Amino acid sequence: MSGAPEVVAVRPASLDRPRRPGRLGALPGPELAWAIAFVAPYAVVFVAFVVYPVAQGLWMARDPSLYRALLADALYPPTVLNTALFVGVGVNAKMFLALLLSGFFMRRRWWIKALLPVFMLPWALPSIPAFVSFHWMLIGEEGLVDRLLWMLFGLPGPLWFNDRWLALTWNIVADVWKWLPFWTLTFFAARMAIPRDIYEAADVDGAGAADRFVHIIVPLLGNLYLVCTLLDTLWTIGDFTTVSLVSEGAPAYSTNVLATLGFHYAFDAAQPALAVAAVMSALPVLIPITLLVMRALQIRQVQL
Amino acid sequence: MSRRYLNQAGVALLSLVLIVWSLAPIYNMVLISLEPEGDVFTEHIWPRVPSIESFWGVLTQGHWYLAHFWRQFANSFFIGAMVTFFALLLGTLTSFAIARMRVRHGWLVSNAALLTYVIPASFLAIPFYRIMQNYGLANNPWSVIAALVAFATPYAIFVFQEYGRSIPIEVDESARIDGASPPQIYLRIYLPLMAPALVAVGTYALLLAWNEYLYQFLLLSSKSSMTVPVALAQFLSSDQSPWNYMMATAIVYALPPVAIYYAFRRRMAAGLTMGGVKG
Repeated sequence: MSGAPEVVAVRPASLDRPRRPGRLGALPGPELAWAIAFVAPYAVVFVAFVVYPVAQGLWMARDPSLYRALLADALYPPTVLNTALFVGVGVNAKMFLALLLSGFFMRRRWWIKALLPVFMLPWALPSIPAFVSFHWMLIGEEGLVDRLLWMLFGLPGPLWFNDRWLALTWNIVADVWKWLPFWTLTFFAARMAIPRDIYEAADVDGAGAADRFVHIIVPLLGNLYLVCTLLDTLWTIGDFTTVSLVSEGAPAYSTNVLATLGFHYAFDAAQPALAVAAVMSALPVLIPITLLVMRALQIRQVQL
Repeated sequence: MSRRYLNQAGVALLSLVLIVWSLAPIYNMVLISLEPEGDVFTEHIWPRVPSIESFWGVLTQGHWYLAHFWRQFANSFFIGAMVTFFALLLGTLTSFAIARMRVRHGWLVSNAALLTYVIPASFLAIPFYRIMQNYGLANNPWSVIAALVAFATPYAIFVFQEYGRSIPIEVDESARIDGASPPQIYLRIYLPLMAPALVAVGTYALLLAWNEYLYQFLLLSSKSSMTVPVALAQFLSSDQSPWNYMMATAIVYALPPVAIYYAFRRRMAAGLTMGGVKG
Protein backbone atom coordinates (compact mmCIF):
# COMPACT_ATOMS: atom_id res chain seq x y z
CA MET A 1 0.00 0.00 0.00
CA SER A 2 1.37 3.38 -0.89
CA GLY A 3 1.11 6.24 1.44
CA ALA A 4 -1.55 7.95 -0.61
CA PRO A 5 -3.88 9.88 1.63
CA GLU A 6 -7.45 8.75 1.71
CA VAL A 7 -9.83 11.10 0.08
CA VAL A 8 -13.14 11.21 1.80
CA ALA A 9 -15.89 12.60 -0.33
CA VAL A 10 -17.86 15.13 1.60
CA ARG A 11 -21.14 16.32 0.21
CA PRO A 12 -21.00 20.11 0.10
CA ALA A 13 -23.54 21.69 2.36
CA SER A 14 -24.58 24.06 -0.43
CA LEU A 15 -26.23 21.20 -2.30
CA ASP A 16 -28.54 20.59 0.61
CA ARG A 17 -29.90 24.08 0.47
CA PRO A 18 -33.22 23.84 -1.36
CA ARG A 19 -32.84 25.50 -4.69
CA ARG A 20 -36.18 25.71 -6.39
CA PRO A 21 -35.80 26.80 -9.97
CA GLY A 22 -38.56 28.98 -11.27
CA ARG A 23 -39.33 30.97 -8.16
CA LEU A 24 -38.25 34.52 -8.69
CA GLY A 25 -37.43 34.91 -5.03
CA ALA A 26 -34.99 32.01 -5.15
CA LEU A 27 -32.72 33.79 -7.63
CA PRO A 28 -30.30 35.84 -5.58
CA GLY A 29 -30.30 39.57 -6.25
CA PRO A 30 -27.22 39.78 -8.49
CA GLU A 31 -28.36 36.76 -10.48
CA LEU A 32 -31.78 38.24 -10.96
CA ALA A 33 -30.19 41.43 -12.22
CA TRP A 34 -28.16 39.42 -14.73
CA ALA A 35 -31.23 37.50 -15.88
CA ILE A 36 -33.11 40.71 -16.51
CA ALA A 37 -30.08 42.18 -18.28
CA PHE A 38 -29.92 39.13 -20.53
CA VAL A 39 -33.57 39.27 -21.51
CA ALA A 40 -33.69 43.05 -21.86
CA PRO A 41 -32.07 43.42 -25.31
CA TYR A 42 -34.55 41.07 -26.97
CA ALA A 43 -37.41 42.62 -25.03
CA VAL A 44 -36.50 46.02 -26.44
CA VAL A 45 -36.31 44.63 -29.98
CA PHE A 46 -39.62 42.85 -29.49
CA VAL A 47 -41.44 45.96 -28.30
CA ALA A 48 -39.87 48.34 -30.81
CA PHE A 49 -40.02 46.12 -33.89
CA VAL A 50 -42.87 43.68 -33.32
CA VAL A 51 -45.38 45.12 -30.86
CA TYR A 52 -45.25 48.64 -32.25
CA PRO A 53 -45.68 47.66 -35.94
CA VAL A 54 -48.45 45.20 -35.09
CA ALA A 55 -50.23 47.82 -32.99
CA GLN A 56 -49.73 50.39 -35.74
CA GLY A 57 -51.08 47.95 -38.32
CA LEU A 58 -54.14 47.06 -36.28
CA TRP A 59 -54.74 50.76 -35.67
CA MET A 60 -54.53 51.52 -39.38
CA ALA A 61 -56.96 48.71 -40.14
CA ARG A 62 -59.54 49.51 -37.48
CA ASP A 63 -62.13 51.27 -39.67
CA PRO A 64 -64.99 48.92 -40.68
CA SER A 65 -65.69 50.92 -43.82
CA LEU A 66 -62.32 49.73 -45.14
CA TYR A 67 -63.60 46.17 -45.17
CA ARG A 68 -66.76 47.17 -46.98
CA ALA A 69 -64.54 48.92 -49.52
CA LEU A 70 -62.45 45.77 -49.86
CA LEU A 71 -65.41 43.55 -50.57
CA ALA A 72 -66.65 46.03 -53.13
CA ASP A 73 -63.28 46.30 -54.85
CA ALA A 74 -62.92 44.26 -58.02
CA LEU A 75 -59.49 42.96 -57.07
CA TYR A 76 -60.10 41.72 -53.54
CA PRO A 77 -62.41 38.67 -53.89
CA PRO A 78 -60.39 37.05 -56.70
CA THR A 79 -57.25 37.69 -54.66
CA VAL A 80 -58.72 35.84 -51.71
CA LEU A 81 -59.49 32.91 -53.99
CA ASN A 82 -55.96 33.04 -55.42
CA THR A 83 -54.48 33.04 -51.93
CA ALA A 84 -56.68 30.13 -50.88
CA LEU A 85 -55.63 28.10 -53.91
CA PHE A 86 -51.98 29.11 -53.67
CA VAL A 87 -51.87 28.07 -50.03
CA GLY A 88 -54.24 25.09 -50.15
CA VAL A 89 -52.77 23.39 -53.19
CA GLY A 90 -49.18 24.47 -52.61
CA VAL A 91 -48.91 23.50 -48.95
CA ASN A 92 -50.57 20.13 -49.36
CA ALA A 93 -48.51 19.32 -52.44
CA LYS A 94 -45.33 20.23 -50.59
CA MET A 95 -46.19 18.21 -47.49
CA PHE A 96 -47.38 15.13 -49.32
CA LEU A 97 -44.48 15.07 -51.77
CA ALA A 98 -42.01 15.80 -48.98
CA LEU A 99 -43.27 12.84 -46.98
CA LEU A 100 -43.01 10.51 -49.96
CA LEU A 101 -39.63 11.81 -51.10
CA SER A 102 -38.23 11.58 -47.59
CA GLY A 103 -38.87 7.86 -47.81
CA PHE A 104 -37.26 7.74 -51.25
CA PHE A 105 -34.09 9.39 -49.95
CA MET A 106 -33.77 6.81 -47.19
CA ARG A 107 -32.70 4.25 -49.77
CA ARG A 108 -29.06 3.40 -49.55
CA ARG A 109 -27.96 3.51 -53.17
CA TRP A 110 -24.94 5.69 -53.70
CA TRP A 111 -26.58 7.72 -56.45
CA ILE A 112 -29.60 8.48 -54.30
CA LYS A 113 -27.32 9.77 -51.57
CA ALA A 114 -25.56 11.88 -54.20
CA LEU A 115 -28.92 13.11 -55.44
CA LEU A 116 -29.91 14.66 -52.13
CA PRO A 117 -27.50 17.66 -52.29
CA VAL A 118 -28.61 18.33 -55.87
CA PHE A 119 -32.24 18.16 -54.79
CA MET A 120 -31.50 20.64 -51.98
CA LEU A 121 -30.11 23.23 -54.41
CA PRO A 122 -33.43 25.04 -54.96
CA TRP A 123 -33.61 25.76 -51.25
CA ALA A 124 -30.00 26.91 -51.00
CA LEU A 125 -30.43 29.24 -53.95
CA PRO A 126 -31.71 32.70 -52.95
CA SER A 127 -35.34 33.39 -53.86
CA ILE A 128 -34.79 36.37 -56.07
CA PRO A 129 -32.53 34.81 -58.71
CA ALA A 130 -34.58 31.63 -58.69
CA PHE A 131 -37.95 33.29 -59.21
CA VAL A 132 -36.59 35.73 -61.77
CA SER A 133 -35.37 32.69 -63.66
CA PHE A 134 -38.82 31.13 -63.43
CA HIS A 135 -40.33 34.32 -64.79
CA TRP A 136 -37.98 34.26 -67.75
CA MET A 137 -38.52 30.56 -68.40
CA LEU A 138 -42.18 31.29 -68.99
CA ILE A 139 -42.28 34.60 -70.77
CA GLY A 140 -43.28 34.63 -74.38
CA GLU A 141 -42.77 31.91 -76.95
CA GLU A 142 -39.03 32.01 -76.57
CA GLY A 143 -38.91 31.23 -72.87
CA LEU A 144 -37.17 27.94 -72.09
CA VAL A 145 -40.39 26.03 -71.34
CA ASP A 146 -42.06 26.88 -74.63
CA ARG A 147 -38.84 26.24 -76.54
CA LEU A 148 -38.59 22.79 -74.96
CA LEU A 149 -42.22 22.02 -75.73
CA TRP A 150 -41.61 22.96 -79.36
CA MET A 151 -38.40 21.00 -79.67
CA LEU A 152 -39.58 17.87 -77.91
CA PHE A 153 -43.24 17.67 -78.84
CA GLY A 154 -43.76 20.19 -81.63
CA LEU A 155 -46.31 21.98 -79.47
CA PRO A 156 -46.52 25.76 -79.60
CA GLY A 157 -46.60 26.56 -75.92
CA PRO A 158 -49.16 29.03 -74.61
CA LEU A 159 -48.40 32.51 -73.36
CA TRP A 160 -48.39 31.44 -69.76
CA PHE A 161 -48.92 34.82 -68.16
CA ASN A 162 -51.82 35.76 -70.37
CA ASP A 163 -54.07 33.27 -68.61
CA ARG A 164 -54.96 33.64 -64.95
CA TRP A 165 -55.13 29.94 -64.13
CA LEU A 166 -51.93 29.03 -65.95
CA ALA A 167 -50.07 31.85 -64.24
CA LEU A 168 -51.48 30.80 -60.86
CA THR A 169 -50.39 27.22 -61.52
CA TRP A 170 -46.86 28.37 -62.25
CA ASN A 171 -46.81 30.43 -59.05
CA ILE A 172 -47.71 27.26 -57.17
CA VAL A 173 -45.10 25.23 -59.05
CA ALA A 174 -42.41 27.81 -58.27
CA ASP A 175 -43.36 27.80 -54.59
CA VAL A 176 -43.26 24.00 -54.43
CA TRP A 177 -39.94 23.98 -56.30
CA LYS A 178 -38.35 26.33 -53.78
CA TRP A 179 -39.61 24.86 -50.52
CA LEU A 180 -40.10 21.14 -51.17
CA PRO A 181 -36.43 20.39 -50.39
CA PHE A 182 -36.70 22.03 -46.97
CA TRP A 183 -39.71 19.99 -45.92
CA THR A 184 -38.28 16.82 -47.45
CA LEU A 185 -35.18 17.31 -45.33
CA THR A 186 -37.31 17.87 -42.23
CA PHE A 187 -39.21 14.63 -42.72
CA PHE A 188 -36.03 12.85 -43.72
CA ALA A 189 -34.31 13.91 -40.49
CA ALA A 190 -37.35 12.74 -38.53
CA ARG A 191 -37.35 9.37 -40.28
CA MET A 192 -33.64 8.98 -39.53
CA ALA A 193 -34.39 9.59 -35.87
CA ILE A 194 -36.68 6.57 -35.72
CA PRO A 195 -34.69 3.77 -34.08
CA ARG A 196 -33.73 0.98 -36.42
CA ASP A 197 -35.11 -1.61 -33.97
CA ILE A 198 -38.61 -0.62 -34.93
CA TYR A 199 -37.98 -1.21 -38.61
CA GLU A 200 -36.28 -4.50 -37.83
CA ALA A 201 -39.16 -5.62 -35.65
CA ALA A 202 -41.55 -4.76 -38.46
CA ASP A 203 -39.46 -6.79 -40.91
CA VAL A 204 -39.54 -9.75 -38.55
CA ASP A 205 -43.32 -9.45 -38.44
CA GLY A 206 -43.38 -9.52 -42.23
CA ALA A 207 -44.54 -5.94 -42.77
CA GLY A 208 -44.48 -4.59 -46.32
CA ALA A 209 -43.82 -1.01 -47.36
CA ALA A 210 -47.48 0.01 -47.03
CA ASP A 211 -47.70 -1.59 -43.56
CA ARG A 212 -44.55 0.23 -42.49
CA PHE A 213 -46.01 3.49 -43.72
CA VAL A 214 -49.35 3.07 -41.97
CA HIS A 215 -48.14 1.58 -38.71
CA ILE A 216 -44.75 3.23 -38.19
CA ILE A 217 -44.45 6.46 -40.19
CA VAL A 218 -47.96 7.82 -39.73
CA PRO A 219 -48.09 7.46 -35.92
CA LEU A 220 -44.54 8.66 -35.34
CA LEU A 221 -44.45 11.48 -37.86
CA GLY A 222 -48.12 12.43 -37.61
CA ASN A 223 -47.68 15.29 -35.20
CA LEU A 224 -44.66 16.62 -37.07
CA TYR A 225 -46.62 16.49 -40.34
CA LEU A 226 -49.40 18.49 -38.75
CA VAL A 227 -47.01 21.09 -37.30
CA CYS A 228 -45.20 21.43 -40.62
CA THR A 229 -48.47 21.79 -42.53
CA LEU A 230 -49.63 24.54 -40.18
CA LEU A 231 -46.29 26.36 -40.20
CA ASP A 232 -46.05 26.21 -43.97
CA THR A 233 -49.63 27.50 -44.22
CA LEU A 234 -48.66 30.53 -42.14
CA TRP A 235 -45.55 31.14 -44.18
CA THR A 236 -47.26 30.68 -47.55
CA ILE A 237 -50.13 33.02 -46.67
CA GLY A 238 -47.51 35.69 -46.08
CA ASP A 239 -45.45 34.90 -49.17
CA PHE A 240 -44.78 38.03 -51.18
CA THR A 241 -41.66 37.20 -53.18
CA THR A 242 -42.96 34.28 -55.25
CA VAL A 243 -45.97 35.94 -56.82
CA SER A 244 -44.23 39.30 -57.03
CA LEU A 245 -41.42 37.90 -59.16
CA VAL A 246 -42.90 34.96 -61.05
CA SER A 247 -46.22 36.13 -62.41
CA GLU A 248 -45.98 39.72 -61.09
CA GLY A 249 -49.73 39.55 -60.62
CA ALA A 250 -50.25 39.18 -64.37
CA PRO A 251 -52.52 39.25 -66.24
CA ALA A 252 -53.85 42.55 -64.96
CA TYR A 253 -53.50 41.92 -61.21
CA SER A 254 -55.61 38.77 -61.46
CA THR A 255 -53.03 36.44 -59.91
CA ASN A 256 -52.23 38.59 -56.90
CA VAL A 257 -52.25 37.09 -53.46
CA LEU A 258 -53.00 39.06 -50.31
CA ALA A 259 -49.40 40.08 -49.71
CA THR A 260 -48.89 41.48 -53.22
CA LEU A 261 -52.36 43.04 -53.28
CA GLY A 262 -51.53 44.91 -50.10
CA PHE A 263 -48.40 46.21 -51.73
CA HIS A 264 -50.39 47.27 -54.80
CA TYR A 265 -52.95 49.18 -52.71
CA ALA A 266 -50.25 50.89 -50.66
CA PHE A 267 -47.78 51.89 -53.33
CA ASP A 268 -49.58 51.85 -56.67
CA ALA A 269 -52.96 53.11 -55.48
CA ALA A 270 -51.64 55.20 -52.55
CA GLN A 271 -54.16 53.74 -50.11
CA PRO A 272 -52.10 52.38 -47.20
CA ALA A 273 -55.05 51.93 -44.86
CA LEU A 274 -56.83 49.78 -47.43
CA ALA A 275 -53.61 47.82 -47.90
CA VAL A 276 -53.29 47.06 -44.20
CA ALA A 277 -56.98 46.15 -44.04
CA ALA A 278 -56.48 43.73 -46.93
CA VAL A 279 -53.71 41.86 -45.19
CA MET A 280 -55.31 42.02 -41.75
CA SER A 281 -58.40 40.40 -43.23
CA ALA A 282 -56.41 37.17 -43.07
CA LEU A 283 -56.23 37.35 -39.25
CA PRO A 284 -59.32 35.16 -38.71
CA VAL A 285 -57.35 32.41 -40.43
CA LEU A 286 -53.90 33.22 -39.05
CA ILE A 287 -54.81 33.34 -35.36
CA PRO A 288 -56.45 29.90 -35.07
CA ILE A 289 -53.62 28.33 -37.05
CA THR A 290 -51.01 29.87 -34.76
CA LEU A 291 -52.86 28.63 -31.71
CA LEU A 292 -52.98 25.15 -33.20
CA VAL A 293 -49.24 25.27 -33.90
CA MET A 294 -48.47 26.32 -30.35
CA ARG A 295 -50.65 23.54 -29.02
CA ALA A 296 -49.15 20.93 -31.35
CA LEU A 297 -45.65 22.01 -30.35
CA GLN A 298 -46.49 21.10 -26.75
CA ILE A 299 -46.65 17.50 -27.84
CA ARG A 300 -42.98 17.16 -28.52
CA GLN A 301 -42.11 13.82 -27.09
CA VAL A 302 -43.12 10.84 -29.13
CA GLN A 303 -44.24 7.94 -27.03
CA LEU A 304 -42.47 4.87 -28.28
CA MET B 1 -37.70 -10.85 -60.80
CA SER B 2 -39.39 -8.50 -63.22
CA ARG B 3 -40.93 -6.72 -60.27
CA ARG B 4 -37.48 -5.91 -59.05
CA TYR B 5 -36.48 -4.51 -62.45
CA LEU B 6 -39.64 -2.46 -62.50
CA ASN B 7 -38.73 -1.15 -59.09
CA GLN B 8 -35.21 -0.27 -60.26
CA ALA B 9 -36.55 1.40 -63.38
CA GLY B 10 -39.01 3.40 -61.29
CA VAL B 11 -36.27 4.57 -58.96
CA ALA B 12 -34.06 5.54 -61.90
CA LEU B 13 -36.91 7.43 -63.57
CA LEU B 14 -37.78 9.27 -60.39
CA SER B 15 -34.13 10.20 -59.92
CA LEU B 16 -34.01 11.62 -63.43
CA VAL B 17 -37.22 13.57 -62.91
CA LEU B 18 -35.85 15.02 -59.67
CA ILE B 19 -32.62 16.09 -61.33
CA VAL B 20 -34.40 17.84 -64.22
CA TRP B 21 -36.94 19.39 -61.85
CA SER B 22 -34.29 20.74 -59.49
CA LEU B 23 -31.88 22.02 -62.10
CA ALA B 24 -34.14 23.43 -64.84
CA PRO B 25 -34.46 27.01 -63.52
CA ILE B 26 -30.76 27.03 -62.66
CA TYR B 27 -29.91 25.86 -66.15
CA ASN B 28 -32.07 28.65 -67.48
CA MET B 29 -30.13 31.19 -65.45
CA VAL B 30 -26.80 29.90 -66.73
CA LEU B 31 -28.14 29.72 -70.27
CA ILE B 32 -29.29 33.33 -70.33
CA SER B 33 -26.15 34.58 -68.64
CA LEU B 34 -23.99 33.00 -71.31
CA GLU B 35 -25.86 34.56 -74.24
CA PRO B 36 -23.80 37.20 -76.00
CA GLU B 37 -25.02 40.78 -75.92
CA GLY B 38 -28.41 40.67 -74.24
CA ASP B 39 -30.10 38.41 -76.75
CA VAL B 40 -32.26 36.33 -74.44
CA PHE B 41 -34.58 35.01 -77.09
CA THR B 42 -33.00 32.39 -79.32
CA GLU B 43 -34.32 29.18 -80.78
CA HIS B 44 -31.81 26.94 -79.09
CA ILE B 45 -31.93 25.45 -75.64
CA TRP B 46 -28.20 25.42 -75.23
CA PRO B 47 -25.86 28.34 -75.76
CA ARG B 48 -24.79 28.55 -79.38
CA VAL B 49 -21.86 30.84 -78.79
CA PRO B 50 -21.30 30.94 -75.06
CA SER B 51 -19.84 34.16 -73.87
CA ILE B 52 -18.73 35.11 -70.39
CA GLU B 53 -18.78 38.82 -71.11
CA SER B 54 -21.74 39.19 -68.78
CA PHE B 55 -19.82 37.74 -65.84
CA TRP B 56 -16.86 39.93 -66.69
CA GLY B 57 -19.23 42.88 -66.77
CA VAL B 58 -20.52 42.06 -63.31
CA LEU B 59 -17.08 41.62 -61.80
CA THR B 60 -15.74 44.84 -63.30
CA GLN B 61 -18.98 46.84 -62.87
CA GLY B 62 -18.73 47.38 -66.61
CA HIS B 63 -22.31 48.36 -67.31
CA TRP B 64 -24.15 51.40 -66.05
CA TYR B 65 -26.77 49.24 -64.36
CA LEU B 66 -23.96 47.57 -62.45
CA ALA B 67 -22.08 50.71 -61.50
CA HIS B 68 -22.61 50.09 -57.78
CA PHE B 69 -22.58 46.31 -57.80
CA TRP B 70 -19.74 45.72 -55.35
CA ARG B 71 -21.12 48.32 -52.97
CA GLN B 72 -24.51 46.60 -53.10
CA PHE B 73 -22.95 43.18 -52.67
CA ALA B 74 -21.12 44.49 -49.60
CA ASN B 75 -24.43 45.85 -48.30
CA SER B 76 -25.98 42.40 -48.67
CA PHE B 77 -23.06 40.87 -46.82
CA PHE B 78 -23.22 43.48 -44.10
CA ILE B 79 -26.94 42.97 -43.54
CA GLY B 80 -26.53 39.19 -43.56
CA ALA B 81 -23.64 39.28 -41.10
CA MET B 82 -25.37 41.68 -38.72
CA VAL B 83 -28.65 39.76 -38.77
CA THR B 84 -26.76 36.55 -38.01
CA PHE B 85 -24.75 38.12 -35.23
CA PHE B 86 -27.66 39.80 -33.47
CA ALA B 87 -30.04 36.87 -33.88
CA LEU B 88 -27.45 34.61 -32.29
CA LEU B 89 -26.62 37.12 -29.56
CA LEU B 90 -30.18 37.95 -28.57
CA GLY B 91 -31.33 34.36 -29.01
CA THR B 92 -28.64 32.88 -26.79
CA LEU B 93 -28.90 35.56 -24.12
CA THR B 94 -32.67 35.19 -23.89
CA SER B 95 -32.74 31.39 -23.95
CA PHE B 96 -29.94 31.31 -21.40
CA ALA B 97 -31.93 33.49 -19.04
CA ILE B 98 -35.13 31.51 -19.56
CA ALA B 99 -33.93 27.95 -19.75
CA ARG B 100 -30.72 27.95 -17.72
CA MET B 101 -31.21 30.64 -15.14
CA ARG B 102 -34.87 29.65 -14.98
CA VAL B 103 -36.17 33.12 -14.41
CA ARG B 104 -39.78 33.04 -13.30
CA HIS B 105 -42.42 33.67 -15.99
CA GLY B 106 -39.70 33.00 -18.55
CA TRP B 107 -42.16 30.92 -20.52
CA LEU B 108 -44.12 34.12 -21.11
CA VAL B 109 -41.18 35.59 -22.97
CA SER B 110 -40.70 32.57 -25.22
CA ASN B 111 -44.41 32.27 -25.96
CA ALA B 112 -44.67 35.99 -26.65
CA ALA B 113 -41.70 35.63 -28.98
CA LEU B 114 -43.49 32.94 -30.98
CA LEU B 115 -46.47 35.28 -31.33
CA THR B 116 -44.20 37.26 -33.66
CA TYR B 117 -45.10 34.71 -36.28
CA VAL B 118 -48.87 35.13 -36.09
CA ILE B 119 -48.75 37.96 -38.56
CA PRO B 120 -46.48 37.22 -41.51
CA ALA B 121 -43.59 39.59 -42.03
CA SER B 122 -44.85 40.75 -45.41
CA PHE B 123 -48.14 41.87 -43.83
CA LEU B 124 -46.30 44.17 -41.47
CA ALA B 125 -44.26 45.82 -44.20
CA ILE B 126 -46.40 48.94 -44.47
CA PRO B 127 -46.54 49.76 -40.74
CA PHE B 128 -42.82 49.01 -40.64
CA TYR B 129 -42.17 51.47 -43.43
CA ARG B 130 -43.94 54.21 -41.52
CA ILE B 131 -42.28 53.38 -38.24
CA MET B 132 -38.80 53.39 -39.70
CA GLN B 133 -39.49 56.85 -41.03
CA ASN B 134 -40.52 57.84 -37.49
CA TYR B 135 -37.34 56.37 -36.04
CA GLY B 136 -35.31 58.27 -38.61
CA LEU B 137 -33.98 55.06 -40.13
CA ALA B 138 -35.25 55.53 -43.64
CA ASN B 139 -32.85 54.28 -46.31
CA ASN B 140 -30.59 52.88 -43.59
CA PRO B 141 -29.48 49.22 -43.57
CA TRP B 142 -30.09 49.06 -39.81
CA SER B 143 -33.83 49.28 -40.47
CA VAL B 144 -33.68 46.07 -42.47
CA ILE B 145 -31.37 44.48 -39.89
CA ALA B 146 -33.77 45.36 -37.07
CA ALA B 147 -36.74 43.92 -38.93
CA LEU B 148 -34.98 40.68 -39.82
CA VAL B 149 -33.53 40.23 -36.33
CA ALA B 150 -37.01 40.71 -34.87
CA PHE B 151 -38.27 37.92 -37.11
CA ALA B 152 -35.34 35.53 -36.77
CA THR B 153 -34.82 35.67 -33.00
CA PRO B 154 -37.98 33.83 -31.84
CA TYR B 155 -37.04 30.84 -33.94
CA ALA B 156 -33.51 31.04 -32.55
CA ILE B 157 -34.83 31.11 -28.97
CA PHE B 158 -37.02 28.11 -29.69
CA VAL B 159 -34.18 26.06 -31.19
CA PHE B 160 -31.75 27.00 -28.41
CA GLN B 161 -34.26 26.03 -25.75
CA GLU B 162 -34.88 22.68 -27.41
CA TYR B 163 -31.22 21.98 -27.91
CA GLY B 164 -30.39 23.13 -24.39
CA ARG B 165 -32.54 20.33 -22.99
CA SER B 166 -29.81 17.92 -23.91
CA ILE B 167 -27.30 19.78 -21.72
CA PRO B 168 -27.79 18.83 -18.07
CA ILE B 169 -28.50 21.73 -15.76
CA GLU B 170 -26.02 20.20 -13.31
CA VAL B 171 -23.24 21.56 -15.49
CA ASP B 172 -24.41 25.09 -14.79
CA GLU B 173 -24.97 24.35 -11.15
CA SER B 174 -21.52 22.94 -10.60
CA ALA B 175 -20.05 26.02 -12.24
CA ARG B 176 -22.15 28.19 -9.97
CA ILE B 177 -20.92 26.31 -6.96
CA ASP B 178 -17.38 26.93 -8.15
CA GLY B 179 -18.21 30.63 -8.01
CA ALA B 180 -18.85 31.45 -11.64
CA SER B 181 -21.02 34.45 -12.36
CA PRO B 182 -23.82 34.22 -14.96
CA PRO B 183 -21.82 35.93 -17.71
CA GLN B 184 -18.98 33.52 -17.11
CA ILE B 185 -21.30 30.51 -17.28
CA TYR B 186 -22.80 31.97 -20.45
CA LEU B 187 -19.45 32.53 -22.14
CA ARG B 188 -17.40 29.61 -20.90
CA ILE B 189 -19.96 26.82 -20.62
CA TYR B 190 -23.23 27.59 -22.41
CA LEU B 191 -21.93 28.96 -25.71
CA PRO B 192 -19.30 26.25 -26.32
CA LEU B 193 -21.78 23.48 -25.57
CA MET B 194 -24.34 25.07 -27.87
CA ALA B 195 -21.93 25.26 -30.81
CA PRO B 196 -23.88 22.93 -33.18
CA ALA B 197 -27.10 24.80 -32.54
CA LEU B 198 -25.29 28.10 -33.08
CA VAL B 199 -24.10 26.94 -36.49
CA ALA B 200 -27.56 25.71 -37.48
CA VAL B 201 -29.34 28.88 -36.37
CA GLY B 202 -26.59 31.14 -37.73
CA THR B 203 -26.85 29.54 -41.15
CA TYR B 204 -30.65 29.87 -41.01
CA ALA B 205 -30.38 33.59 -40.13
CA LEU B 206 -27.88 34.24 -42.90
CA LEU B 207 -30.00 32.47 -45.51
CA LEU B 208 -33.05 34.35 -44.25
CA ALA B 209 -31.33 37.68 -44.81
CA TRP B 210 -30.00 36.62 -48.19
CA ASN B 211 -33.42 35.35 -49.32
CA GLU B 212 -35.27 38.39 -48.11
CA TYR B 213 -36.70 40.76 -50.68
CA LEU B 214 -39.67 42.84 -49.58
CA TYR B 215 -38.14 44.74 -46.67
CA GLN B 216 -34.95 45.52 -48.56
CA PHE B 217 -37.05 46.65 -51.49
CA LEU B 218 -39.21 48.89 -49.30
CA LEU B 219 -36.69 50.34 -46.93
CA LEU B 220 -33.60 50.87 -49.08
CA SER B 221 -34.02 53.29 -51.92
CA SER B 222 -30.71 54.82 -52.92
CA LYS B 223 -28.22 53.14 -55.21
CA SER B 224 -25.52 53.14 -52.57
CA SER B 225 -27.64 51.75 -49.76
CA MET B 226 -29.64 49.14 -51.64
CA THR B 227 -28.74 45.49 -51.82
CA VAL B 228 -28.32 43.22 -54.82
CA PRO B 229 -31.92 41.86 -54.88
CA VAL B 230 -33.27 45.40 -55.03
CA ALA B 231 -30.85 46.26 -57.83
CA LEU B 232 -31.94 43.12 -59.67
CA ALA B 233 -35.55 44.19 -59.34
CA GLN B 234 -34.63 47.48 -60.97
CA PHE B 235 -33.18 45.54 -63.88
CA LEU B 236 -36.53 43.78 -64.18
CA SER B 237 -38.59 46.91 -64.42
CA SER B 238 -36.85 48.19 -67.50
CA ASP B 239 -37.64 46.94 -71.00
CA GLN B 240 -34.16 47.29 -72.35
CA SER B 241 -32.20 45.62 -69.63
CA PRO B 242 -29.34 43.42 -70.66
CA TRP B 243 -30.75 40.13 -69.44
CA ASN B 244 -27.48 38.29 -69.65
CA TYR B 245 -25.93 40.77 -67.21
CA MET B 246 -28.91 40.39 -64.93
CA MET B 247 -28.66 36.62 -64.83
CA ALA B 248 -24.93 36.84 -64.31
CA THR B 249 -25.57 39.16 -61.37
CA ALA B 250 -28.14 36.73 -60.03
CA ILE B 251 -25.68 33.86 -60.27
CA VAL B 252 -22.92 35.79 -58.50
CA TYR B 253 -25.41 36.74 -55.80
CA ALA B 254 -26.43 33.10 -55.41
CA LEU B 255 -22.91 31.76 -54.90
CA PRO B 256 -22.26 32.69 -51.22
CA PRO B 257 -25.41 31.13 -49.71
CA VAL B 258 -25.05 28.01 -51.85
CA ALA B 259 -21.42 27.67 -50.74
CA ILE B 260 -22.34 28.25 -47.10
CA TYR B 261 -25.23 25.83 -47.31
CA TYR B 262 -23.08 23.04 -48.70
CA ALA B 263 -20.35 23.74 -46.15
CA PHE B 264 -22.72 23.56 -43.20
CA ARG B 265 -25.48 21.26 -44.37
CA ARG B 266 -24.85 18.50 -41.91
CA ARG B 267 -25.11 20.90 -39.01
CA MET B 268 -28.28 22.37 -40.42
CA ALA B 269 -29.92 18.97 -40.71
CA ALA B 270 -29.13 18.45 -37.04
CA GLY B 271 -30.88 21.71 -36.27
CA LEU B 272 -34.02 20.59 -38.01
CA THR B 273 -34.49 17.48 -35.92
CA MET B 274 -34.83 19.54 -32.77
CA GLY B 275 -38.46 19.44 -31.90
CA GLY B 276 -39.19 16.58 -34.25
CA VAL B 277 -39.18 12.98 -33.28
CA LYS B 278 -37.38 12.18 -30.08
CA GLY B 279 -36.63 8.48 -29.83
